[in-house]
Amino acid sequence: MKISLIIRGLAKSYPGRLVFKDINATVEDGKVLAVTGPNGSGKTTLLRIICGFIRPSRGNAILAMNGKELRGIEIRPYIGLVSPDLVLYDELTALENLYFFGDIAGLRFGKTDLENRLALVGLEKRGNDIVSSYSSGMKQRLKYCLALLRNPGLLLLDEPTSNLDDQGKALAAEIIKSHEGILVIATNEKSELDYGDQIIRLGK
Amino acid sequence: MEIKSSGSASKAFAVFLKDLKSELRTRYAINAILMFALVTVFAISWAIGGAGLSEILQASLLWVVIYFSSLSGLSQSFVKEEESKTALALRLYCPASAVLGGKMIFNLILLSVLNLLTIPLFGIFIGLDIHNFPLFIIIIILGSLGIVATTTLAAAIISKASIKGALFAVLSFPLILPLMMMAISGTKKALIPESVISLARMEIQVLVSYVVVMTVLGFILFDSIWND
Repeated sequence: MKISLIIRGLAKSYPGRLVFKDINATVEDGKVLAVTGPNGSGKTTLLRIICGFIRPSRGNAILAMNGKELRGIEIRPYIGLVSPDLVLYDELTALENLYFFGDIAGLRFGKTDLENRLALVGLEKRGNDIVSSYSSGMKQRLKYCLALLRNPGLLLLDEPTSNLDDQGKALAAEIIKSHEGILVIATNEKSELDYGDQIIRLGK
Repeated sequence: MEIKSSGSASKAFAVFLKDLKSELRTRYAINAILMFALVTVFAISWAIGGAGLSEILQASLLWVVIYFSSLSGLSQSFVKEEESKTALALRLYCPASAVLGGKMIFNLILLSVLNLLTIPLFGIFIGLDIHNFPLFIIIIILGSLGIVATTTLAAAIISKASIKGALFAVLSFPLILPLMMMAISGTKKALIPESVISLARMEIQVLVSYVVVMTVLGFILFDSIWND
């Protein structure tokens, strides 16, 4: 499956405030787009527009899959997202969260399969603990597990190493390097910007 | 991993099961609903001081208790998703129709629990002389379905607002008013001696129409409400 992300003339403004304008990029399969800029420059907003959570004021973000153009909410089934804005259910266990999101995404997983996935992010011993008992770093690891649940063609990482310890950062680096498909990283970390085949600098 | 049947019904059921599990662990909505119902029934009982009430007053007070108790809890299914910021993940993974369907099933179960507690208590402490039990049950079921269809949609609309509680009541009340009028009238007919179901044919027809219209309208409108 050939996939590409096309961002054309994207602009977002709120009453009295222009967030960004004239954002253009074409990202092909296997490539990484890095987005950077000072706080409030619109990095998270750009990711939210790509996910179809908010509408752009001008322009569009299109995911082309084998020539078929998807935009807005049509893109969502092909997305994996790790973001401070994305929160899992605190009152459910990690395994229950993964089962639930698998169910509503139309995927069926066996318990062993999910436990193996948790092991990949270093949470194999905590799968039956409720998420409210997790540290912020463990919650971030669980978000990676969820984001990769449906093998997304487009993986969006907003502050990918936020709250992670050194081992967690190495894990995030491994996921970034091994991801097949398109990767979009919103970050201010110089080391993470190095992954980008293209870089969008907001707030210039 | 295998691809499962992607039917909205199975996804809606997954949302319902998740909400039920969450509710059993947090008691987020059920406590609010049951406490409100208990306090209201006892307050009315104390206020009327054992005086006998006419059928219309019994029916009106019963629906007032059911409606206002449900207002205190039925909005929580959506409000909680927004407040705990889990709505974003739900939006990303779940189709809108399945979210609404799951929330409606959950709210219906919640309202049924409320009815199972409130109606016997109301009968004991205030008095409820039911003469046509099948008609009474039909009206309670249709009225509850109507409340759930309306308040679930209203909850989705107000969940992103800053003054949720007030807005929920203000938005729900005009929508619920025709339903309440028919439910009260139908319930009154179940309370009068020697009543028959055909006596409340008009109320049943209006209630069924209301439920169908609000449910269909909900599924049509919800996609825009949820995704915008």
